[in-house]
Amino acid sequence: MLSKRVIACLDVRDGHLAKSVKFVDTKNIGDPVEKAKEYYLGGLDELVFYDITASSEKRGIMLEVVEAVADQVFIPLSVGGGIRSVADATDLRLAGAEKINVNSAAIRRPDLIDECAMSIGNQNVVLSMDVLKSAPSSGLPSGYEIVIDGGRTRTEKDALAWALEGEKRGAGELVVNSIDADGTKAGYEICLTSMISNSVRIPVIASGGAGTPEHLSEVFSEGKADAALVASMLHYGEYTISEIKSHLSADGHQIRV
Amino acid sequence: MGSNAYLCKDVASLTKAQRIIFPGVGAADSAMTSLKKSGLDNALIEAYRQGVPILGICLGMQISLSSSEEGATVTLNMIPGSVCRFSFNKPELKIPHMGWNTLKVLKDHPVLENTDGEYFYFVHSYYPRLDSHVHAYGQTTYETDFISALGQGNFFGTQFHPEKSAEAGLRLIGNFLSWDGKC
Repeated sequence: MLSKRVIACLDVRDGHLAKSVKFVDTKNIGDPVEKAKEYYLGGLDELVFYDITASSEKRGIMLEVVEAVADQVFIPLSVGGGIRSVADATDLRLAGAEKINVNSAAIRRPDLIDECAMSIGNQNVVLSMDVLKSAPSSGLPSGYEIVIDGGRTRTEKDALAWALEGEKRGAGELVVNSIDADGTKAGYEICLTSMISNSVRIPVIASGGAGTPEHLSEVFSEGKADAALVASMLHYGEYTISEIKSHLSADGHQIRV
Repeated sequence: MGSNAYLCKDVASLTKAQRIIFPGVGAADSAMTSLKKSGLDNALIEAYRQGVPILGICLGMQISLSSSEEGATVTLNMIPGSVCRFSFNKPELKIPHMGWNTLKVLKDHPVLENTDGEYFYFVHSYYPRLDSHVHAYGQTTYETDFISALGQGNFFGTQFHPEKSAEAGLRLIGNFLSWDGKC
């Protein structure tokens, strides 16, 4: 049987590992290559690198990080952050990334999804969306709004409509990241995750809010997620991958151990 | 892993290879078009005839079958069979079949040594359907049982990605690297 995936998300800035709380206050917390190796050996299912490097001249550093990781880590590797063209995606693929995450640039120019799907294959294109709960007065049908630029820019775009559009344009997978839950360690946004997962036919990765193994269990059973992203609970050594996985197995989830 | 690997872009470099790993992702049509353009399609078939051990991975395995449902692509025709797209009535079954799933070894093969019951990484929307069960070596279940490892003579193919399947995958690649192409 297909297992639920536990995916670690590593935010990388200027080649260093960083973790944000509600997308601000990023602190450097280590070497991404060493962390990736540690998690791989610990039984992680998949890795996501998110490049939050601000200046464009330092972007090449990310390619070096990806190359070094791909040399030593034999699980799927996904990279996002600042991908604006098929050329950006291709550079990362050649460096050793399996999957490419598009986010803000796809909102600004949705054809980017179609172009990447055509060029590197649907299954390697991940549409990553940052989502904020909207006020009832906003009139958004799903009650959730897409935000971009690391949460700084609102788009007035409905989250569910965007998920469906992304699927139609050729995304092979969705990352649904709740900005409200990000960094809180209070659990994933279950309503948002299940609403999107029940509406699309492609896999959905839940993101934002994981603090305990129980949160992953919830988002798999109630949130209908196919995979769950974890960050701080691993990076700060609060739980190991095997602790998380044992908990999930004990809860009856199909897990690779 | 104790072997020297190089990337083949032309016929000359392929004919020098002692064993061949034939990976692939994406669509069958465009893959065959680019193989034909470089002449690698015939070079692969020739290597197969000469007994060079070949490991086909994912699309590389699929286009080694005799036909493809995807488009009307002419395939390499090394193993009798075709591919078929997953199609489910249950909306909760996502397509592509993406993630870690288990391999059930149906029949011993040197390449599959010590891999029975292990998890491997899959990402695909099409799966192989063999004309004869004789070529089936491993099976995986995603709603339906499908053949996830197959072989004939010096060709062996997997639907999953051993190169992305952690220790179990490295073990399978190691098995392939020490396989003499006979079974």
